[in-house]
Amino acid sequence: MANKKKRHRVLPGFGLSIGYTLIYLSLMVLIPIAFLFLKASTISLAEFWETVTDERVVASYKLTIYTSFIAALINAVFGTLIAWVLVRYDFYGKRIIDALVDLPFALPTAVAGIALTTIYAPNGWIGKYFEAMGIKVAYTPLGIMVALTFIGLPFVVRSVQPVLHDLDRQYEEAASTLGASGSQIFVKIILPAIFPAILTGFALAFARALGEYGSVVFISGNMPMKTEIVPLLIITKLEQFNYAGAAAIAVVMLVFSFVLLFLINFWQWKTTKKYQMN
Amino acid sequence: MIVQELREKNIKTNTEPGLLKKWVLITIALGFLGLFILVPLIAVFSEGLNKGIELYFASLTERDALSAIKLTLLTAAITIPVNTIFGVLAAWGITKFNFRGKNILITLIDIPFAVSPVIAGLVFVLMFGSQGVLGPFLEANEIKIIFAVPGIILATIFVTFPFVVRELLPIMEEQGTEEEQAAITLGASGWQMFFRVTLPNIKWGLLYGVILCNARAMGEFGAVSVVSGHIRGLTNTIPLHVEILYNEYNFTAAFAAASLLALLAILTLILKSLVEWKTRKH
Repeated sequence: MANKKKRHRVLPGFGLSIGYTLIYLSLMVLIPIAFLFLKASTISLAEFWETVTDERVVASYKLTIYTSFIAALINAVFGTLIAWVLVRYDFYGKRIIDALVDLPFALPTAVAGIALTTIYAPNGWIGKYFEAMGIKVAYTPLGIMVALTFIGLPFVVRSVQPVLHDLDRQYEEAASTLGASGSQIFVKIILPAIFPAILTGFALAFARALGEYGSVVFISGNMPMKTEIVPLLIITKLEQFNYAGAAAIAVVMLVFSFVLLFLINFWQWKTTKKYQMN
Repeated sequence: MIVQELREKNIKTNTEPGLLKKWVLITIALGFLGLFILVPLIAVFSEGLNKGIELYFASLTERDALSAIKLTLLTAAITIPVNTIFGVLAAWGITKFNFRGKNILITLIDIPFAVSPVIAGLVFVLMFGSQGVLGPFLEANEIKIIFAVPGIILATIFVTFPFVVRELLPIMEEQGTEEEQAAITLGASGWQMFFRVTLPNIKWGLLYGVILCNARAMGEFGAVSVVSGHIRGLTNTIPLHVEILYNEYNFTAAFAAASLLALLAILTLILKSLVEWKTRKH
């Protein structure tokens, strides 16, 4: 308590820093988002409902959620495996591989989009093999999943990696000496310890995928009802000068993302509390 | 004796089947990363260079490409200082003082991470566009924000808003307030304390945040695409220039421009690794 008071008294800049933060945050983020809700409220509730439950819009919600979910799931599995390999094994070039995991954060989405489209097009480097098997990747929901898997890749790796690194190995050794097999050790000892991190990474990748535009718009083909994602639909409305319609769909999407963000934060807060208590 | 036996058994379980498992897992991990990360990266350069090095450089030095490069640099040059100043001030206030509503403030700062880039662009169109709230006022005063450079800069500031402050928060929280308190007690002014004590302590974290902020600022596509209006030579950044060329089936030029951004991404990763290595050493 004494420390608290002292901190207030001794260090300068509280008013300046928090004041500036609040003003800048309001001007750049809060007020613009408030205007979005305001614009969406300029149409009647019936109109709003009609816009956001239109057949084409509902199809895009379903597509966006379903492709994002599958992509996040793929990342949960392979991300955990990559984190495992990077933490537990030594091999030549490991540091470069470790740095490359972050490429999807650093590579602009439009670049990823055109590169993946070119590779997975029917005559592309990888797409031609799928084509030979009769599977189309680019311009189908499968292509969207490829793009979303790319952009979500670092999330699970980066949330599992530190947890796995700090994991005390003595429990694994104890289990091993007591005769547990490798898979038993993984399922009963390692997985429970890293599961919260996997789930956090999964949720972050999922949330990111829901709003993704740049990498998807090239590979998806943008066919209404089939391969049209929600962000693209917002742009379409905007290009038709249907500003209120665009705002209405954006509000639905925003509320969905906020709820998801809230759940992730709540979950992280709960697990860190549990961790601190132990 | 028993311990000895157990240890031998333990060593045994870690040998041959363990070694096989190790290499199978490494192969799967590298295969996945190769397929999803290395192949696209190689594709960018190979497609950009497939009609020869001369065409590659010609497509990077034509007028529209140069103006896109200029606009991208200008956007980053404004966005980074603005978000860095905010990031340092916000992190200072949040980590060095106790006040109510701190967690709410942190959550609010995180909002741009949760917002789709397209929505980030949309909010500025709704504010400053011709049909927007401030539209009539701006038109009367002949100020153009949407479909012009200011809109691009605003949208970029929005999407990169949390980058610097997010990197600084954990570092400054961990460092506590003792060093700063000592400086102030010994008679340092606020600015002396900041430049001699705080800044040296956070410089690597700050640099890290700036690197990430820069990568996103130069590469942002969705938000910028909504507000730019795609006017060639005027409101095209490099990512938008890539999109236009690609949609015109001018693939070689599109990938040549894209390769600039890919180089930026590689440079970002190298700098990021260097900073991580530096901070680990400290």
